[in-house]
Amino acid sequence: MRSITKKFADVVANDKIDFTVEKGEIHGLLGENGAGKTVLMNILYGLYRVDEGKILIDGIEADIDGPNAAIKLGIGMVHQHFMVVPSLTVAENIVLGNEPTRSKFLLDTKKIMQSVKEFCDRYKLEVDLKAPIHVLPVGVQQRVEILKALYRGANVLILDEPTSVLTPQEAQELFKAIRALRGQGKTVIFISHKLNEVIAVCDRITVLRKGKVVGTVKASETNVNELATMMVGREVSFTFQKTQPATRKTVLRVEDLKAFDDRNLPALKGVSFEVHAYEILGVAGVEGNGQTELVETLTGLRKAAAGKIWLLDIDVTRAPPHERIQHGASCVPEDRHRRGLIMEFSVMENIILGSHDRPPFAKDSVRLDINEASNYAEKLIQEYSIKTPSKDEQARHLSGGTQQRVVLAREFSRNPRLIIACQPTRGLDVGATEYVRSKLVDMRNNGCAVLLISADLDEIWGLSDRIAVIYEGRIVAVKDPEKTSESELGLLMAGAEPD
Amino acid sequence: MQNLTERLGTLVRFLRGLLLSFLAELKEAPSKMLPQVIAILLAFLVGAVVLAVTGYSPLDAYGALLVGAFGDTYGIGQTLTQATPIIFTALAFLFAYKCGLFNIGAEGQFLFGAFTAALVGISFAWMPFFIHVPLALIAGAVGGALWGFIPAVLKARLGAHEVITTMMLSYVALYVTGYMVNYPFKEPGSWVARTIFIWPSAELPRILPPTQLSASIFVALLLAGLTYYILQRTTIGYEIRAIGLNPDAAEAGGISVGKGIVLALVISGAMAGLGGAGEVLGVHRRFIEGFSPGYGWDGLAVALVGGLNPTGILLASVLFGALRSGGMTMTRTTDVPLDIATLLQALVILFVAAPKLVEYLRKRGGFKR
Repeated sequence: MRSITKKFADVVANDKIDFTVEKGEIHGLLGENGAGKTVLMNILYGLYRVDEGKILIDGIEADIDGPNAAIKLGIGMVHQHFMVVPSLTVAENIVLGNEPTRSKFLLDTKKIMQSVKEFCDRYKLEVDLKAPIHVLPVGVQQRVEILKALYRGANVLILDEPTSVLTPQEAQELFKAIRALRGQGKTVIFISHKLNEVIAVCDRITVLRKGKVVGTVKASETNVNELATMMVGREVSFTFQKTQPATRKTVLRVEDLKAFDDRNLPALKGVSFEVHAYEILGVAGVEGNGQTELVETLTGLRKAAAGKIWLLDIDVTRAPPHERIQHGASCVPEDRHRRGLIMEFSVMENIILGSHDRPPFAKDSVRLDINEASNYAEKLIQEYSIKTPSKDEQARHLSGGTQQRVVLAREFSRNPRLIIACQPTRGLDVGATEYVRSKLVDMRNNGCAVLLISADLDEIWGLSDRIAVIYEGRIVAVKDPEKTSESELGLLMAGAEPD
Repeated sequence: MQNLTERLGTLVRFLRGLLLSFLAELKEAPSKMLPQVIAILLAFLVGAVVLAVTGYSPLDAYGALLVGAFGDTYGIGQTLTQATPIIFTALAFLFAYKCGLFNIGAEGQFLFGAFTAALVGISFAWMPFFIHVPLALIAGAVGGALWGFIPAVLKARLGAHEVITTMMLSYVALYVTGYMVNYPFKEPGSWVARTIFIWPSAELPRILPPTQLSASIFVALLLAGLTYYILQRTTIGYEIRAIGLNPDAAEAGGISVGKGIVLALVISGAMAGLGGAGEVLGVHRRFIEGFSPGYGWDGLAVALVGGLNPTGILLASVLFGALRSGGMTMTRTTDVPLDIATLLQALVILFVAAPKLVEYLRKRGGFKR
């Protein structure tokens, strides 16, 4: 791809990008959210037209005016969100759009099975061809997507953030499959913002920042820190200094907690743990194993069906949310649009949420002291470097990272004793992620108890003093990070029996 | 000399800044109300077409309407008299709306408040006016609040939708008060369903005789200011707005959503009830069955036409009051039927609501471009 430029209104998403991929290599495309990775690949796949520049395939200039043109040229793409038909079988999904037919209208089911089977064997990608898609795990669905692209004759395969939905084991499987494809002479473009996996799986890596190419490096000759610096444009630190206090008071104690999910099925099946002051307890687990319900039960948004919750030795099992807030519980919710912020409220109004009914913001518990709130908001905007034109700007006009800063500012500045952080860096770019993590460690070093719930193992790994693994509504193990390994945690997350 | 030029320069810059900020302000205000103004103009345009097609002169009709509504002191007085109860019911709708609730039962709260105020008005003959008037007003607010409390509890406890319950309770209020003034509290010997006159000590003074305009309009203006104050400057108002915009985040922030819903509907009902009290104490001086031509329902429309803010509501109430009072003059002085005034109201509402409808449809179809 030569000198590719693409603008959306006034925003330059791709600025004269030169991008070359050799045949038979795994090429990583790395960049923060909004760096232009997906736009560039959508251009290659024909979803967007270029404003300037040209695309050469095998040295011949190609005019790709749509995905069909791209497919004809041997380019296939697997999107972040799968485009499979859930009720059809694997085989039917793979042939979709190229169904072998007997007469004009009759599907040749035998031939479908046969050709797909041969096909899978050739690429050594195993799937149960007769299973309907919706019963399969996400990792297998993704494999079906890859097979679908190959079946259409793809020689160049674009994978857009393929590991964002996978467990570590599934990711390993994927990497194996990708390497096997390279062995067959296929070319793979691997889009990601995760540094470790790009180094692990790619031959060469091109880094984008703000729509421009920062550089292309060989994976064997680089490291995480170099890539992070290229990506963010400054040095990024992933290790945090932790203080080691002598005593650790128990802040949160949970005993045999049970709760139901929205469909009235048991989501928490007896969870017990403790979180201490000066400690981050990481809860690792694939999403949907009861984390959401755990957070909601702890914050008082969901009824506990059984069990007890003590916050600083006070039984808060039946306490409403505002009482728990007053006892020192803060929460960074997983869905900041739904639970974290009121998008139409100003930054200031969002910052006082939860403290609005107490002095200094409430005078004689009725009048709202706007001056006090303004000063407080101004102070936090400074302290947490919240990028907003003013304290009166509506939260919905801010970027995702900035919105999360508003949540952190609010939750961390009211002297909490316990912080419950659920997927706190999801959807954030590297810079914002680093900020959130360092703040969590700061709060811990100041004596907070932190319950960190995350599907991102790197995050759990880097921050936690102890790691609990949640699987199907149970804490299946609590590990010391010094004495466990990523693969052990990954197995536990996938439901393997602990030793 | 140089000093003087310097000072002059500063002065000129200052004046220019002043002028520019004034112009900016002037530019801002109409752009906020512009959709409403266009809707009103369109309504009158379509109304003119209807008039012309049916054989009336639009110019004569509108002229009579305008003169009737604003032509003299009497007209202005009647316009404001008609506007007053709508201000209350529109503010009531607005308040509940800010909590994400559609209180379309202001009519019932209005009627019930009117009745409870009348009860206090016909009792306590011995009371001095400075106690009797406030007491009767409070009674009206409490009556309305009660009529807001019932759907509020049904919503907060059982999840019953307030659109259904408030509307149905409006009819309950209509018939309960109707029964009351037909039987237990009927004026003896009268063939009209109404109570006896309230004691003079409970009367709100008329402020522009011979029109029926009463001091109730001051209460209405006060309430408009108070509505803004409660919503923007109190913790209750903050919580109500938070619930209205995002109940999930409000709940996570420690706000009790159930409590907020109850408070919002109770206050909303009290506002409508106060309006009913104003009509009884200031205009009719008694409760008469069927005295409200639908002020409660008008409130909903006026709140929307007023752009869902207190200032806009005051302006829109005057417009609707003018259509009512001017319409009567128009019918009297020309042969144009009163229905034209009603038609104009309907058109205004339609044109205000239409852009929102278009926006909604565009959003829903927004996936394809």
